[in-house]
Amino acid sequence: MTSTTNETINGPDLLDVKDLKISFKTDEGIITAVDGINFSVKRGQTLGIVGESGSGKSVSTWSIMRLLPKNSIIDKSSSIQFHRKDGKKVEITRLKPNGRELREIRGGEVALIFQEPMSSFSPVYTIGNQIIEAVLQHRNVSKDEAKEIAIDMLDKVGISNPRQRFKQFPFELSGGMRQRAMIAVALSMNPSLLIADEPTTSLDVTIQAQILKLMRDLQQDLGMAIIFITHNLGVIAQVADEVEVMYLGKILERGTAKEIIHRSQHPYTQALLKAIPQLDSTGERLTAISGDIPSPLSRPAGCPFHTRCEKVMPGICDVEMPNPTQLSDTHTVYCFLHEEKDV
Amino acid sequence: MSDTLLEIKDLKVHFPIRSKHLFGGVTKYVKAVDGVSFYIEKGETLGLVGESGSGKTTVGRSILRAIEPTEGQVTFNVDGKMLDLAQLTDKEMRTFRKHMQLIFQDPYSSLNPRMTVRDIIAEPLVAQELAKGKEVDERVRDAAALCKLNLEYLRRFPHAFSGGQRQRIGIARALISQPQFVVCDESVSALDVSIQAEILNLLMDLQAEFGFTYLFIAHDLSVVAHISKRVAVMYLGQFVELAPTKELFYAPKHPYTEALMSAIPEVDPDQEMTPVHLEGEIPSPINPPSGCRFHTRCPYVQDICKTEIPKWQEIEKEHFVGCHFANTLTLNGVEIPDTIAAAD
Amino acid sequence: MTTTDLSPTAIQTPVSQTESDEALRYYSATQVQLIWWRFRKHRVAQAGALILITMALIGLFAEFLGPYTGTTRTSGVVLVGPQMPHFCNDDGCTLRPFLYGVKSERNPETLGMEVKIDTSVRRDIHFFVQGEPYKLLGFIDLQTHLFGVSEGSIHLFGTDSLGRDIFTRILLATRTSLSIGIIGVLIAFVLALIIGGAAGYFGGWIDYVIQRLTEIVRVVPVIPLYMGLAAAFPVEWSSSQVYFAMTLILAIVGWPTLARRIRGKLLSLRGEDYVVAATLSGAGPSRIIGRHLLPAFMSYIIVDLVISFPYMLLSETALSFVGLGLRPPTVSWGVLLQDAQTVRAIEQAPWLFIPAAFVVIAVLSFTVLGDGLRDAADPYQISE
Repeated sequence: MTSTTNETINGPDLLDVKDLKISFKTDEGIITAVDGINFSVKRGQTLGIVGESGSGKSVSTWSIMRLLPKNSIIDKSSSIQFHRKDGKKVEITRLKPNGRELREIRGGEVALIFQEPMSSFSPVYTIGNQIIEAVLQHRNVSKDEAKEIAIDMLDKVGISNPRQRFKQFPFELSGGMRQRAMIAVALSMNPSLLIADEPTTSLDVTIQAQILKLMRDLQQDLGMAIIFITHNLGVIAQVADEVEVMYLGKILERGTAKEIIHRSQHPYTQALLKAIPQLDSTGERLTAISGDIPSPLSRPAGCPFHTRCEKVMPGICDVEMPNPTQLSDTHTVYCFLHEEKDV
Repeated sequence: MSDTLLEIKDLKVHFPIRSKHLFGGVTKYVKAVDGVSFYIEKGETLGLVGESGSGKTTVGRSILRAIEPTEGQVTFNVDGKMLDLAQLTDKEMRTFRKHMQLIFQDPYSSLNPRMTVRDIIAEPLVAQELAKGKEVDERVRDAAALCKLNLEYLRRFPHAFSGGQRQRIGIARALISQPQFVVCDESVSALDVSIQAEILNLLMDLQAEFGFTYLFIAHDLSVVAHISKRVAVMYLGQFVELAPTKELFYAPKHPYTEALMSAIPEVDPDQEMTPVHLEGEIPSPINPPSGCRFHTRCPYVQDICKTEIPKWQEIEKEHFVGCHFANTLTLNGVEIPDTIAAAD
Repeated sequence: MTTTDLSPTAIQTPVSQTESDEALRYYSATQVQLIWWRFRKHRVAQAGALILITMALIGLFAEFLGPYTGTTRTSGVVLVGPQMPHFCNDDGCTLRPFLYGVKSERNPETLGMEVKIDTSVRRDIHFFVQGEPYKLLGFIDLQTHLFGVSEGSIHLFGTDSLGRDIFTRILLATRTSLSIGIIGVLIAFVLALIIGGAAGYFGGWIDYVIQRLTEIVRVVPVIPLYMGLAAAFPVEWSSSQVYFAMTLILAIVGWPTLARRIRGKLLSLRGEDYVVAATLSGAGPSRIIGRHLLPAFMSYIIVDLVISFPYMLLSETALSFVGLGLRPPTVSWGVLLQDAQTVRAIEQAPWLFIPAAFVVIAVLSFTVLGDGLRDAADPYQISE
């Protein structure tokens, strides 16, 4: 199959991931975290990746920056193609670890923000210092210019009194402020792709709403593409243009946000949507998905969801992974229920 | 008031901060909970929402006397008589604990990794000597079965289980002493969506079967809305609003509640979120603002808010608000879904 | 809830999938088993443990393993170098190991006594020979030694300036040095457990006072303290009195570090959710301590103990080496090394340094064992 080329989502490809397979060597054996997934990111668009724990949503994206732990193995056949600012196409899996080109891309063209903003800052330097440091690494400017960029950036991410905050240490900021500061660091290098890994999960709802709005505004301003990883379908609905649903290292469904939320076709996506408590169903039982997420150590054969799927077809779903079925230009589902209809 | 199970009056929990000097005494207090009054009826679920630092967890724990309240009364209805929990000695309190339990947020740290599932569930029975010998085993099996735990699991240790199953073990432990009152402190927050739904169902089933009364503390508004009959909103150690769930969500009377409701991310790409912008950050509970505590961030702030503490008043039946302008402000709640609008 | 009112639907348990025996074994593994399984992956630590067990056994059966007693002097073999057992000589090879004969002669030029090896003499080594009587483990009267020679004498590690067998003395010293470490650590541990435990469990002003006290003990420079205390031993004390006094000194200096660790661990455990859960289940202090707190930090404490052993060992060795610790006729590694203090010893009898090798091996073994145990001690960390 080919990675989806869709007309309704505009813009040229920025990132092309093909047959990505990542496993980890552990004491208990080899764990496959991501099992042959394909996706692409368009310039200036937001790709949302939803998944529960063990779905491989973080692992698959951290691999784009080659930030995986030492015991990880990216399969030889995997390909991560990134289009650099100068128009060159780079195969990220072939780059030397810690080599110059990878370092340039990391931070300079692809930036990362994640859940715990505290751990992304050094506690012994001021916020301002750390932004300047990042700017100097990737942009050819003087120290004074870097400082101006840093203050400008803090202002852009909605930190009041940027000149004063500039001199503060990370522990002096609240969780929301730190998350803003982390976004400032990430965006100060003017990346073309921002990976946001559960950036609002540890924040309160009012702060989360502000950060989501901020990211939307900044995207319009700066035009970077975003990969937004979360387990929260509400957040995904609010931020994403295109959505991928992951489960146990596989993509099960892909489509525009509207397609996924309103016209989801995969039993897992449907079940997930039904499992969210809704205000108008107060007091009623929720439609839960039975059973537990299988351990990645004992991945089920065939479709990974078949152990919990209501519509499981024994002898089919537990044997082979279904092929993608194209439901529209943008909507793809991996499920035998739909594959059969096609035939 | 015969069907009131718990009544809390002017509950305060202040944590002392010791000064850093060698022999310095206590100079400041963190006013985690600062004058909270409410009641919980038998068999109902009262939701308690608030952002981090609002003191919601402290409210739950101080009712259970896991944290000793600084001031105020917690009275518990025991066969029609209201019993003041603060008056109980430590020993009396220990035997009273069978009536109230806590379900924790973190299903990992709340189970002793060195005990078998059977021993964990049996703990309240054994610790309070509520049962002996075979009866313990029988009751553990019953509780486990009610929580849909495989009975074979009882011999195993917690490390064998996933988060959802661990939470079931925690629930089985909480219900084995047949408590009347259970505090659920963010009990589903750490779980995946698909698992969370199952645990919520379980909690509701148990309530239907045994008439448990829940205080359901969470930061996820839709979860609270789903399970609660009434919901209280907390800000900086105080309640700002307490109302029946739908009223609170669709017709909030406090500006902070409105801000919270506007920040819920709708699972609908067509409905763009328009969050009410709150100025700044939540102030420190060591030095809370004068007057109305929310005045530093309130979009509708007036002069009176900065000086005078608003009264906690019942503006409609069962709808309590602490705001000077509760009757004059027109606030927006969550958009009423078509299904309900039609039914009304 | 009672047994009778369970509706059939309520007993419905989730579909149990068939699980492998290995998984089942893992699920119902106790803490000790989990630690053991993880420890088994630590080859180096296991080697350390093996060495230490061997040393402990050597110490226990020192009299049987050594051909002589610690005080036996063999005349004419003063400062003899280590003798290696041979299997072959000019007459061919045998299965029975033997030694060459040893002769002391006066060097006509230097007029000093010199030890000559006489390869023409063959002295067979016999096993389970009768020798000097001793009490095995302190109460079994025996005369049998593991090996010996019928004629002349056998000194695998040579002899010292008084003609005493160094091999035998090292075996005896192993017992003294290890046991003094163990007793010292145990006394320190009991002190630390009581003091640190009180500070950690009660908190408040008790904690404050104890904290300051431990700080005071910790800032006292160790070497002068040792020396002062050791110098205070009355000369007329018997060697066993000195021995126990030594363990006490080691314990007094050693407890604050352990006490702080116990306190810290207790403080963090007290806030653990499952301890709160136990309180809310109505458990009293004794149940909380016995059932929840102690088992939780036992593994850490054992690791701490193992890691603090080398300090005890080294302290004892150092003190005895400078003559402030144990006194002859008690033999410890430190006492043995006293003989190696002079330049003459280094020049003429380097085998007097063999005890130092034992010190190094023991300390290294304790260190790697401690490391391995520390990694294995928290079997719940990675899975969470």
